[in-house]
Amino acid sequence: MEKTAATRRQFLIGSLTGASSLWLAAQWPAILEAHQYARLAGSAASPAPFEFFTASQAAEVEAMAAQIIPTDNSPGAREAGVIHFIDRALTTFDRDQQAPYVQGLKDLAARTRALFPQAGKFSELPAAEQVQVLTAMEKTPFFDRVRLHTIMGFLANPEYGGNHDKMGWKLIGFTDEYAYQPPFGYYDKNQ
Amino acid sequence: MTKFNDKSLVDFVIVGAGAAGGVMAKELSTAGFTVVVLEQGPRVSEKDFKHDELKFKDIYNPPHIGQAALMNDHARQPNTFRKTENDKAVQQPVVGYGQCVGGGTVHFTANYWRFHEIDFEERTRFGAIEGTGFADWPFRYSDLEPYYTKAEWELGVSGLAGSSPFDPPRSKPYPLPPMPVKSSGVLAERGARKLGWHAFPAPMAILSQPYHGRAACAHCGFCEWFGCEMGAKSSTLVTVIPLAEQTGRCEIRPNCVTRKIEIDESGWVTGAVYFDSAGHEHFQRARAVVLCSNGAETPRLLLLSKSKLFPQGLANSSGLVGKYLMVDVGSYAGGVFEHPLNEFKSIHDTRVIHDFYDSDPQRGFYGGGGMDARFDLYLIGFALWGMPPDVPRWGGQFKKALQENFIRTMYVQAHTTCLPVPTNNITLDPDVKDAWGLPALRVTYKDHPDDVKNMHFFRDRALELMEAAGAIRKWPLPIDDTEASVHLLGTCRMGDDPKTSVVDKFHRAHDVPNLFIVDGSNFVTSGRNQPTCTIQALAYRAADHLARSARSGNVESTG
Repeated sequence: MEKTAATRRQFLIGSLTGASSLWLAAQWPAILEAHQYARLAGSAASPAPFEFFTASQAAEVEAMAAQIIPTDNSPGAREAGVIHFIDRALTTFDRDQQAPYVQGLKDLAARTRALFPQAGKFSELPAAEQVQVLTAMEKTPFFDRVRLHTIMGFLANPEYGGNHDKMGWKLIGFTDEYAYQPPFGYYDKNQ
Repeated sequence: MTKFNDKSLVDFVIVGAGAAGGVMAKELSTAGFTVVVLEQGPRVSEKDFKHDELKFKDIYNPPHIGQAALMNDHARQPNTFRKTENDKAVQQPVVGYGQCVGGGTVHFTANYWRFHEIDFEERTRFGAIEGTGFADWPFRYSDLEPYYTKAEWELGVSGLAGSSPFDPPRSKPYPLPPMPVKSSGVLAERGARKLGWHAFPAPMAILSQPYHGRAACAHCGFCEWFGCEMGAKSSTLVTVIPLAEQTGRCEIRPNCVTRKIEIDESGWVTGAVYFDSAGHEHFQRARAVVLCSNGAETPRLLLLSKSKLFPQGLANSSGLVGKYLMVDVGSYAGGVFEHPLNEFKSIHDTRVIHDFYDSDPQRGFYGGGGMDARFDLYLIGFALWGMPPDVPRWGGQFKKALQENFIRTMYVQAHTTCLPVPTNNITLDPDVKDAWGLPALRVTYKDHPDDVKNMHFFRDRALELMEAAGAIRKWPLPIDDTEASVHLLGTCRMGDDPKTSVVDKFHRAHDVPNLFIVDGSNFVTSGRNQPTCTIQALAYRAADHLARSARSGNVESTG
């Protein structure tokens, strides 16, 4: 379980757990293909097919992501195309998570039925009921994983398939100019 | 590019092309010696460095697709960890270090603090500490001062001499003016003034102006964990290593993993056995060997280099190789402010506070440290760990907090002392092997109680600073048991007595006349956990002495 507050260890260890660089070298072209892929995926006219998810699975995961970073008066995970990031992650750098995702979606369906026996799919529930289901499973590793992937897909470079039109960056105030001159912020401007 | 044949005898083999190895390579090659540097990692360059958090900064347990690009790779080189020797070590990532040409100086934050005078003589001034090997260094600050100056001027460091009332004496100012202050720096100044403390411009190994043909920092904001695509971070990759290669006497050999230092029957080293990138074994002959492989891999390599003469590991008659491991400890507080700080821009920290640098017996424990005001999380890391603990983990409130806090947050980080405890060490794991079939690096580490008390003391100071700076929200980050480190110190300590140290005060192994060890492993005490500046000053000093000894024929077997 991830803790809400960072520990010193997480600050450090977060940087220490590494995939093999050989593996990385082998995978990098595939990962970067996500760039093109995202472009396709992001255009509503010709939605890209999912590589891992079925359309039905994708709808469920996207509905989860859309509760983690919801759409309100600004775009959320859905508009940012997080689902395409996740689909790509599961066929590239995080393919170890394929089975847990499949199992997690079964668990999601079971919890949905348990709480709302009349309901069909999680993604078809009203928002308030979706929140109830997710609240019941927010301590599971599957929820943590979807949360992590949602955050990544919202804030990572758009070339990975999410953060469509830099929506995540715009929301939090990050700019990708990568060259600045002082003043940088309010307090150094108004010393 | 100079290439030496394996079979040719070179003057020096240096193992590791990092903070110390880069300096040693340049100093020895410009002094006229032939040098081969064996580096485990790849040769990287500016074009490899992208602003890509997912590629270069691992996020949190799996998945992690990057980072191994510039750092050691725990899949191929596993670590194991235990708290005490009675525990069974468990495989987990423990040590992190730069693994590319340039080593940790490629991805480091570039904080470049000199040690103070006290750091070299703290045992004398503070007294003994139960259960530790707390000791003075075999020389004083004044002996190292010229080499601090040399490092700052050769590599390129920005700062403001005389700006801290606690600074030790210096023979020259910094070569470059300080980096522009950020909002976090202004707030630290504001808070420090209120508290009667002193915030001063952070000394940084980053160029505030063009220097020696390199461009000034563009303030892109991607320093820590990233390589600098401008070449403005003063890594050895862009400073001394090119100078070494220009001599025509130095070959940097990347992707070469050294597994053993060989010795002859009379106890002199003869060269290094290493694997190339294809896994083929080679032997590079040399008149002398210099280990610059960091405080974890240097002792591991010595322990791997067992022989009839040295059954418990090369240069280990004292039994101290691997012992007294000191790591990076410290504490944090977070704070949110009313107006945008936009801390994602520019370098990570611009103001430092040294008011509590020295240990004070009145606190009831040993410990000192320094603090800086900083922001060193990137976007995903911030969303995962950067916010106040009561922010919901998902949903509309989570999104709102992201939106409001990302540009309004800063942290105060304390960098604190770590005591040398004999049972904290690097050993060879008896079971786990790396990708080359060599015993994995095993870390045994348990925080000394004084170090923990000190972290709590500093976390309280960090919160005070946040309050005084006007934070509208502030929170402490948990202090938990240390199980990971990116600063690796103390495991081949220096000293005058061969019974209580591994190398002498000029870095020569007490046991082996032509073996030298120059890296963080030589540290007798930890300093305030900003070791790079001192590692490099030590390297300049060691090289100066070594070049003179070598010229007088004093490092080569005559047998």
